[in-house]
Amino acid sequence: MDNPPYLSGSTSVSVIMLKVLLALVPAIAAYVWVYGSGILVTLTLASLTALASEAIMLKLRKRPVVPFLLDGSALVTAWLLALALPPLAPWWLVVVGTLFAIVIAKQLYGGLGYNPFNPAMIGYAVLLISFPAIMTQWPAPLELAKAHLGFADQLHYIFGRLLPDGVSLDAVSSATPLDTMKTQLKLQHSVVEIARAPIFGALGGKGNEIVVAAYLLGGLYLVQQRIISWHIPAAFLLALAAMAGLFHLAAPAHYAGPVFHLFSGASMLCAFFIATDPISGPTTPKGKLIFAASIGVLTWLIRTYGGYPDGVAFAVLLMNICVPLIDAYTQPRVFGHSK
Amino acid sequence: MISKLFKFHGGVHPPEHKLESTTGAIRPLPLGSPLVLPLRQHVGNLPKIRVQAGDRVLKGRLLAEAEGNISAAVHAPTSGTVVSIDEQLIPHPSGLPDVCITLQPDGEDAWLERKPVDWRRTDRRVLIASLRESGIVGMGGAAFPTQIKLRPSGEPGIKVLIINGAECEPYITCDDLLMRERADQIVKGIEVAQYLLGAERCIVGIEDNKPQAAEAMRAACSRSVIKIEVAVVPTLYPSGDARRLIHLLTHIEVPSDKRSTDVGVQVFNVATVVAVYRYFEFGEPALSRIVTVTGNVRHPGNFEVPLGTSVAKLLEAAGGALSDTNDLIMGGPMMGFSLPSSQVPVTKATNCIIAGAPKLFPALPPALPCIRCARCAEACPVSLQPQELYWFAKSDNFEKARDYQLFDCIECGCCSYVCPSHIPLVQYYRYAKSEIIALDRAKQAADLARERNEFRLARIEREKQERAAKHAQKTAGTKAETAGDEAKKAAIAAALERAKAQKAEVVPQNTESLAPAVQAEIAEIDARRGEALAEPEKAAQEKQES
Repeated sequence: MDNPPYLSGSTSVSVIMLKVLLALVPAIAAYVWVYGSGILVTLTLASLTALASEAIMLKLRKRPVVPFLLDGSALVTAWLLALALPPLAPWWLVVVGTLFAIVIAKQLYGGLGYNPFNPAMIGYAVLLISFPAIMTQWPAPLELAKAHLGFADQLHYIFGRLLPDGVSLDAVSSATPLDTMKTQLKLQHSVVEIARAPIFGALGGKGNEIVVAAYLLGGLYLVQQRIISWHIPAAFLLALAAMAGLFHLAAPAHYAGPVFHLFSGASMLCAFFIATDPISGPTTPKGKLIFAASIGVLTWLIRTYGGYPDGVAFAVLLMNICVPLIDAYTQPRVFGHSK
Repeated sequence: MISKLFKFHGGVHPPEHKLESTTGAIRPLPLGSPLVLPLRQHVGNLPKIRVQAGDRVLKGRLLAEAEGNISAAVHAPTSGTVVSIDEQLIPHPSGLPDVCITLQPDGEDAWLERKPVDWRRTDRRVLIASLRESGIVGMGGAAFPTQIKLRPSGEPGIKVLIINGAECEPYITCDDLLMRERADQIVKGIEVAQYLLGAERCIVGIEDNKPQAAEAMRAACSRSVIKIEVAVVPTLYPSGDARRLIHLLTHIEVPSDKRSTDVGVQVFNVATVVAVYRYFEFGEPALSRIVTVTGNVRHPGNFEVPLGTSVAKLLEAAGGALSDTNDLIMGGPMMGFSLPSSQVPVTKATNCIIAGAPKLFPALPPALPCIRCARCAEACPVSLQPQELYWFAKSDNFEKARDYQLFDCIECGCCSYVCPSHIPLVQYYRYAKSEIIALDRAKQAADLARERNEFRLARIEREKQERAAKHAQKTAGTKAETAGDEAKKAAIAAALERAKAQKAEVVPQNTESLAPAVQAEIAEIDARRGEALAEPEKAAQEKQES
């Protein structure tokens, strides 16, 4: 004998996670186009590390391995972390970050559904604090690079930090737009001056803005599929744009504008894929707005005044801490109650 | 016509599966095998049995009469002999047996003399009072005695009468067919109900997946002597839930702690008003009902079934259940329950029997942890936070569950339906509700025990003091001048002091915040301690007195 309801809708955790992965595919394609196919190596490395460590942890915790591996959540964490890391990051960086995300941030807290912090962002934050130099060393987009690295070259670089003869690190790497903006503003250059540098494109960083647009596309697909609600992306992007816009209006020479902030760094990735993690985020509609808007404000503050070029990871983690409080104070009115 | 509808929050749209059982007309089910009539086919008190085994009864004869305020009578659905009055399996989620009257039909279907009433010329209070003998209960599935819903105390104030023809659960079509085929009787029933309640407005609510029913009702309503509006509402489960339907049609939100009548609205199912009409017009009590038989059966359809007929016979009439049938569900697939056996009888609340099979209701994969996606919160028609309630229920955090309005949950199953982790959420809420009710009862019992004990201790103390005072008086009167008197007085004073101290000691306060179980324990210990202290004290006093 069964219990009511006897019917069930068609979604499952696996379907949700699969759709999230699917929504990342355009961005991965853009990545390959802009930075070369090295990202595929990074993604594979992160995926394998995530699945293996998840399986081992489930076994150690005496939980069923297959259903939890099939839920797809480990892959989502792996992909998000891989996409947040600099392309061509050394293999051990990817492995260490993924291990930290899956083992410490997820499984040690109780596995799927029990992690109070976004696992991918924990992995990212650990790497950023531990290895700041490597974490801020981004390859130049292919169109700007002085030397071209083929797939084999990228593979060599990822696994051995070896560049082809005669190619210097400077020839293949460049500062990121966010980093450039930050350091140059400190040197008393104006925003307009700085944006004349070749690494800047029409919206954000040259090349990188294509990746960002692909995140937006994938994100809109998730909203359309009702995998995520509009609240978090809208509130995050609006808050970030509002902060940037206000300060840019007040002092255009000293503060970059809203478009630059929206299309640089991990803004779009955060808006649609990271801040929208249901497990570590709030559940009420009002709570989602508060949560995401706060991440937007914090991201801008860290980018503008903090010690790191991008602030998404720390902003998300800081707001993860506040989730129980936000949920408790944003309970919607129950039908038939005055509040 | 209704111009505006007021959407409620949430809701789901499961596959309807209503076409299968609406291809044919309502078919009467022939009488046959013994009819098993549970005494409890309604919400409320068990009715009082009025027959004995061996009695010959005519159709419509009262078998058991309503007992107490909320109760409903049971009648003989046909003529025959009462063969037994004993416990039998009944259609109830518990699967437990209950008292039933078993009637062996004689095949003659001979009526008792019926007493129709000219209801238009009769005082409404007299009519409502007479409904107590009708056995009519809400036929949408809730089975609440209809007489109570008509406000027998006669207080006015019903402005809107809503007739529920929404039938929002998948598979069920008995109200659909009733509206298609007997719209005129429904309208007559609405006229009766309107008269009884003095309602100013009558609205029939029908989901838009029943266009034929809505058309028939519109036509019938236009022929009515009173104004009846027909409102077609969007198909969205659970729009047939009374509070949801009221909100949908009138924008009135019935407060959580009140009944709809408190805000001037009453809701009746379409089949219920037909039963009321037939009771007055033809003198027929509740003897049969329309039941949808569908799912994994050869010929799904709707049947007019004498109450007490076994589900097995009903399935047979529908061409029999197919071989892979593994479950029998009474009610819809969202809120129904599995029957313990096909031998249970059809009751006043049986609106639908679904033969279940793995291909219709596939077994769910094992539940995964909650990922807090809040799809359940989006689907909840009461705007609860099912994901939080689940967490509280799972961790036995009942106070929090109550704070988050667990008791407003209508158990409609929308949350379970949408859950991507396939968590049986409704089961968790039922568990938490029953635990909270049990704890409340235990707390009440403990409070009562403590009160009794305090009273007893106070009485012992009072008696002791009275004895002491009497004794003091006596000694003061006879040996007022003796020197030993002072010593005695001192002894009495000391005894009184001790008694006072003891009283202060045995009334521990500050136990309010403890768990009920702990409180009960404290009360018990106090009782023992009180006795133990009282014994030597008493002995000492007696010694002194002698």
